[in-house]
Amino acid sequence: MTRLPAGGLIDRAVRVPYTFDGRPLYGHPGDTLASALLAAGVRVVGHSVELGRPRGIFSAGSEEPNALVKAGPEPMVAATTVELYAGLQAWSLRGKGRLDDEPDPLRRDKGHLHCDVLVIGGGPAGLAAALAAGEAGARVVLVDEQPRLGGDLLNSRVLLDGAPGLGWADAVGDRLAALPEVRVLSRTTATGYYDHNYVVAVERRPGGERLWHLRARRVVLATGAHERSLAFPGNDRPGVMLASAARAYVNRYGVAPGRRAVVFTCADSGYEAVRDLRDAGVEIAAVADPREPGGHLVTGTTSDARGLLTGVHLGDRHVEADLLAVCGGWNPAVHLFSQSQGRVRFDEELQAFVPHLSAQAERSAGACRGWYGTSEAIADGFAAGSEAAQLAGHLPEPGAARRAVLRVPVCDEPASRPPAVLWTAGLDGASAESAFADLHRDVTVADLARAAGTGMRSVEHVKRYTTAGTGADQGKTSGAVVVGVMAALLGSAPGQVGSTTFRPPYTPVAFATLAGRDRGALSDPVRVTAMHGRHVADGAVFEDVGQWKRPRYFPRGGETMEQAVLRECAAARTDVAAMDASTLGKIDIGGADAGEFLDRIYTNLFSTLAVGSCRYGLMCTADGMVFDDGVTTRLAGDRYLMTTTTGNAAAVLDWLEEWRQTEWPELDVRFTSVTDHWATVAVVGPRARRVVRALAPSLPGLPFMTYVEADVLGVRGRVFRISFSGELAYELNVPWWYGEALWAAVLELGAVPYGTEAMHVLRAEKGFAIVGQETDGTVTPQDLGMSWIVAKRKPDFVGKRSHSRPDTTRPGRKRLVGLLPEDPAAVVEEGAQLVAGPVDGSPASVPMLGHVTSGYTSAALGRTFGLAMVRDVSAGDRVTAVGGGGAVPMTVVEPVFYDPGNARRDGDPVEEVDTGDVGVARAQSPAGAFAGRFEEADSPGVRLREVPFLTMWEVRGEDPGQGLRLGPDWWLVVGEGAHGRGWVEVSGQRTVLEVSGPQAREILLTGCPIDLHPAVFTGHAATLLAKAPVILERTGDDVYRIYVRSSFAAYLAEWLLDAVDGLPPKSGHSAP
Amino acid sequence: MTHPDFLWHTPDPKPAYDVVIVGGGGHGLATAYYLAKNHGITNVAVLEKGWLAGGNMARNTTIIRSNYLWDESAALYEHSLRLWEGLGDDLDYDLRFSQRGVLNLAHNQHDVREGRRRVNANRLNGVDAEWLDPDEVKRFCPIVNVSDRARHPVLGATLQRRGGIAKHDHVAWALARKADAYGVDLLQNTEVTGFEITKGRGTAVRTSRGRVAAGTIALAAAGHTSVLAAKAGIRLPLQSHPLQALVSELLEPVLDCVVMSNAVHVYVSQADKGELVMGAGVDAYNSYGQRGAFHVVEAQMAAALELFPIFARARVLRTWAGIVDVTPDASPIIGRTPVENLFINAGWGTGGFKATPGSGWVYAHTLAHGTPHPLAEPFALDRFRTGALIDEHGAAAVAH
Amino acid sequence: MLSIDCPHCGPRDENEFRYGGQAGIAYRPETGDEEWAAYLFTRDNPRGWFHERWFHTHGCRTWFTVHRHTVTHEIRKAP
Repeated sequence: MTRLPAGGLIDRAVRVPYTFDGRPLYGHPGDTLASALLAAGVRVVGHSVELGRPRGIFSAGSEEPNALVKAGPEPMVAATTVELYAGLQAWSLRGKGRLDDEPDPLRRDKGHLHCDVLVIGGGPAGLAAALAAGEAGARVVLVDEQPRLGGDLLNSRVLLDGAPGLGWADAVGDRLAALPEVRVLSRTTATGYYDHNYVVAVERRPGGERLWHLRARRVVLATGAHERSLAFPGNDRPGVMLASAARAYVNRYGVAPGRRAVVFTCADSGYEAVRDLRDAGVEIAAVADPREPGGHLVTGTTSDARGLLTGVHLGDRHVEADLLAVCGGWNPAVHLFSQSQGRVRFDEELQAFVPHLSAQAERSAGACRGWYGTSEAIADGFAAGSEAAQLAGHLPEPGAARRAVLRVPVCDEPASRPPAVLWTAGLDGASAESAFADLHRDVTVADLARAAGTGMRSVEHVKRYTTAGTGADQGKTSGAVVVGVMAALLGSAPGQVGSTTFRPPYTPVAFATLAGRDRGALSDPVRVTAMHGRHVADGAVFEDVGQWKRPRYFPRGGETMEQAVLRECAAARTDVAAMDASTLGKIDIGGADAGEFLDRIYTNLFSTLAVGSCRYGLMCTADGMVFDDGVTTRLAGDRYLMTTTTGNAAAVLDWLEEWRQTEWPELDVRFTSVTDHWATVAVVGPRARRVVRALAPSLPGLPFMTYVEADVLGVRGRVFRISFSGELAYELNVPWWYGEALWAAVLELGAVPYGTEAMHVLRAEKGFAIVGQETDGTVTPQDLGMSWIVAKRKPDFVGKRSHSRPDTTRPGRKRLVGLLPEDPAAVVEEGAQLVAGPVDGSPASVPMLGHVTSGYTSAALGRTFGLAMVRDVSAGDRVTAVGGGGAVPMTVVEPVFYDPGNARRDGDPVEEVDTGDVGVARAQSPAGAFAGRFEEADSPGVRLREVPFLTMWEVRGEDPGQGLRLGPDWWLVVGEGAHGRGWVEVSGQRTVLEVSGPQAREILLTGCPIDLHPAVFTGHAATLLAKAPVILERTGDDVYRIYVRSSFAAYLAEWLLDAVDGLPPKSGHSAP
Repeated sequence: MTHPDFLWHTPDPKPAYDVVIVGGGGHGLATAYYLAKNHGITNVAVLEKGWLAGGNMARNTTIIRSNYLWDESAALYEHSLRLWEGLGDDLDYDLRFSQRGVLNLAHNQHDVREGRRRVNANRLNGVDAEWLDPDEVKRFCPIVNVSDRARHPVLGATLQRRGGIAKHDHVAWALARKADAYGVDLLQNTEVTGFEITKGRGTAVRTSRGRVAAGTIALAAAGHTSVLAAKAGIRLPLQSHPLQALVSELLEPVLDCVVMSNAVHVYVSQADKGELVMGAGVDAYNSYGQRGAFHVVEAQMAAALELFPIFARARVLRTWAGIVDVTPDASPIIGRTPVENLFINAGWGTGGFKATPGSGWVYAHTLAHGTPHPLAEPFALDRFRTGALIDEHGAAAVAH
Repeated sequence: MLSIDCPHCGPRDENEFRYGGQAGIAYRPETGDEEWAAYLFTRDNPRGWFHERWFHTHGCRTWFTVHRHTVTHEIRKAP
């Protein structure tokens, strides 16, 4: 054992058992796996990836290139970064990680913080910067990789004001903890520095990891420096380690990394290792310092049969040693600076790249800009912190008090001399041993020479040719050596060779940590309708349409999809059937110019539509291709209701806003989404009238393509007489709250529920195209045979100009046709390609005329049929559909298969049937089903509840003088009472989820990107929470109301419950 | 891997060349190689403002396939794939070309319809393609999660068995080595600062290393094409966007095919050294910054873990971005420009790597004859005027 | 993640917005095929400062123009 009897930051009273390659071992609290392995005398911790050479522990930090182990379920981590824990099972690796299938036990989430000053690094400079900024009153976040603040003070024995330096760090740490606007994140590694002062950091927490998203006005980089090695023969032996690491193991971990040491140093810091090793009882066999007159160089190493270091060649002299501590000099850790797009320059005195020109609102302080001395780093940190606070608008009060707090302690370090300019040693060819530049990727100086020999001049080429710098440490230990060696090989200077680009992340980040809580059901919001619960209960099979879950069919007993669809279609054609049509986009369009606007957006006319009438409309993109379709109804002289396809609802609303705001601002027209406000049931079939009458007794006779407001189930609703099937059909609309009751009543009255599949068959029998199925962005209305809907006399509509371009007017374009297979039972395969005439044998390389867009079995026709987009054919032509099912001969027909004369539209004559009293609809709130789980989750820290059934209006145009202002001319008014003209009722569009309690903000900041600091977020905001668009309102100190779309309510409720579930048992301090 | 001992020279520019290729990436190098090999034109310079193949060639996810929807695209990419199948021998270099199969997953009925449509079209175009149901997907790639309870369940996939990956650097260096051997001047650190155009005819290129007269000027600068074309007074339907990618640490083998999911923006394979190589979606905004937004990577990882739960603890080692030049129809532009003697090969968007040999082949032919190669004809700039687009966006296409 | 200064909501994260490409492209349908194609498909693509449109989809739903540098990504209010 090489554990020292005393000293270090470990608790020798407690034993922490663990295993390495199955061997039971123990360490102490405060150990890393690496220090524990050294203490246990384990010298070989793995083998190298290419050559399989034994490798030992090389560093004491996250830059470790050798000691890569499998630790518990982690596939590959640096032993130097693993805090030892009881029961840890670690295994050596050969430079490659091993993934296993076990479920991930860690909780990974995210957090968003905003601050005035972000300080990265908790060493002398970073602590000083955080203190100076914090004392000035700035909101400060300090992130530090280590479990304890202090940085290099943890590893060194430097004295500040005559006392151990760590005391100073502890004192500053205590002071920071006392400042209310300072948040210290320990065990947190800043891994990426992105545009607009956006920094990402990974916090290792009990039982998990949190990915912090930090937005700072100013950033102070205090990331320290990495010691570098040199390339000499046998420099990869277990027993060769960085001098700073040797020092850290002795001072911090109370471990002697060897018994007899040679120290090879190009810089004065090496002498600290000499002193500390000697004081720890390690014999110093020799000190090699090229700067000394006649100073020796290490020219090689010797090893035993296991490859362990046994000695060191100093020129012709051989010295026995089991430890070689190497210091080739220091490299400021400019990784984050470089990621921020700052430019580095090569400092000739330091022989290292240092920050040069900043690109963002940041500055570097201390060792990461080459100020290596402890007290100069502290002074630099104070200056950087004060400056950052000031630039963020916090003027520190001058005076004695502040001067006292920010006093730079006196340090016992001697002034340091410049390092030796040395990258390699012993490469005169005397030794056959390899000299390694990159330890993880096994890249040697000879490999670099070979790269230069191929004619490569760019260090980027050499990196790729040799893989140098692409290993686990991303060049932290190898980069400088590679540059130095290349400079020598190319006869230029390191400054000319330049460094390779530093790319995020600074240290590797687990995929799962990047995913956070966006896993499983929360990976993408599931949107559901008011009727969803009943659909699930009825055993519906769902399909995804955008984020929506829509019932595809409702199998009964052991029905296959085809059987179920045939039954559902038959019901719609011969009796009465019902579909949940709530997912169709609905946009309330108001304003004096609403009709004019629609005339410009749709290919056909809407300004002439009579009030109370409905019209089918088609809209194109500017290049003339079909974009969306749907029925639009004129509710009043200055008000329309547009419906869109389910998948395009958001895109269409954005499209309308774009044209209004950017092209036709002079038009008086406003858009309000009411998609979630209205629950919609399509009642379809010759006997539909009976069902509708029973639900809406007051309903007058309703001509085809008209609409009326009426009480449905005793609730104010809207009834539209429109049909997508050719049958008598009504669309009943009631506010979301009553949707489930309406659906239940419709089924109660005998309507057969049908899904999207039957709906597709019914419309195809009528030859109605579906946007996105018959069309694919290359199809014009004319191609669909819908020239009848393209107004000739309108001055313009979006897409009109493109319908006269050479390609849209050429003959021989594909057009919509019908298909009847010659065998009426033959499957018409969607996606099958059509070729001319009958085909015998292999049809390969026969020209394709088009493809099958829809194919079904029809109950009404008693056969299969299809629709296709195809060129150069006309009705009666024979074609062959070539698909997975082989070649199927078909005949081209006009695409209307059923009731071409539209005789079915009015259904059966009314027979007066007493359908009994169907009662009055019972209201159900969007998150009502969560009431119980919200209560269970109740805790002193946080409380969740739904505030349901609020009356809400959206107001656009003139200021209502009340409510939440959401946009320049957009308000949300909550509450009963009189409403103004043009207000749109949206009570069912959203529900309110309330989060309250001292932990409420901690919950929200795990998913909300805006600044929730109580001094900043005092009112409300339209923003994102998790993946749901919300309106967030702060109604009390710790009370937040979330207005969420009803269709997103279930998703957000689950997300909030999961967030509460993830709260630490003890309520942590709150965000600055 | 043993590379050749020598790859290329570092010459000084000559005053004049028969052909000056602007852009020393994969397409530029392939064009130079085929100009020499197929057309005997060797008085050629390749101008590269940085280091050879340091742009998108060094930044892509190395996926190779030819299963495009439209006849014109399928013909061009299939020609490229056939060249890939002989390229290692042709260039006498181990390109690590591995035809391990490319899966394109379908997650909803629309994907399924479009996937089947593409498979059927591919077959009739002589492109190998199969449709797999979820069980077959599981058998082909056992680590894919095909549970029907997944948020975006796998409903099936297209498979092109001849698709795969290659080592991008090796490809670039192999082409550069052969071009250099034919006498082509590979001029690195040579930035184009302008063009000399007299009577609508390109005559010379001005560079950071002096004037270079040119019989023919050929742009092959991917994301930087708009900037160069502007120097010649040409405005093109191109927008440059960041496209991000990343690699994991080295891992023992877990994935032996290429899996793509356009719907959730996941493109992944495992390189022979062991790192997982993944591509993300294109960033929304125009940029020449060679870096993208972090949330794009977060979303990509979340999607990836739904498909590959076993990746949960794999760690991202390095992220980066290339600059892709995107056309309105997601198909390239190859051929003439309004300036006589100045040709363009651009707009490959996210799909340029797989086209490297095919693109070089047809572009070299176009330069040598002054008229487009038959396979390139449909991809002329004029299609945007007529409207005869080759629209590969439709869900039918996966650009990567 | 860019921080985009919405004229109504103030600075917000990029993923609350939708990108709208080059600003100031006038809609003029009464024109020849060449010009029309340019309107449909051709936009400036500068390496440098760029006037571009953003739409605050998840906020105030306002279209607005910003002046952004396509290399540094620095944003300044459109003059």
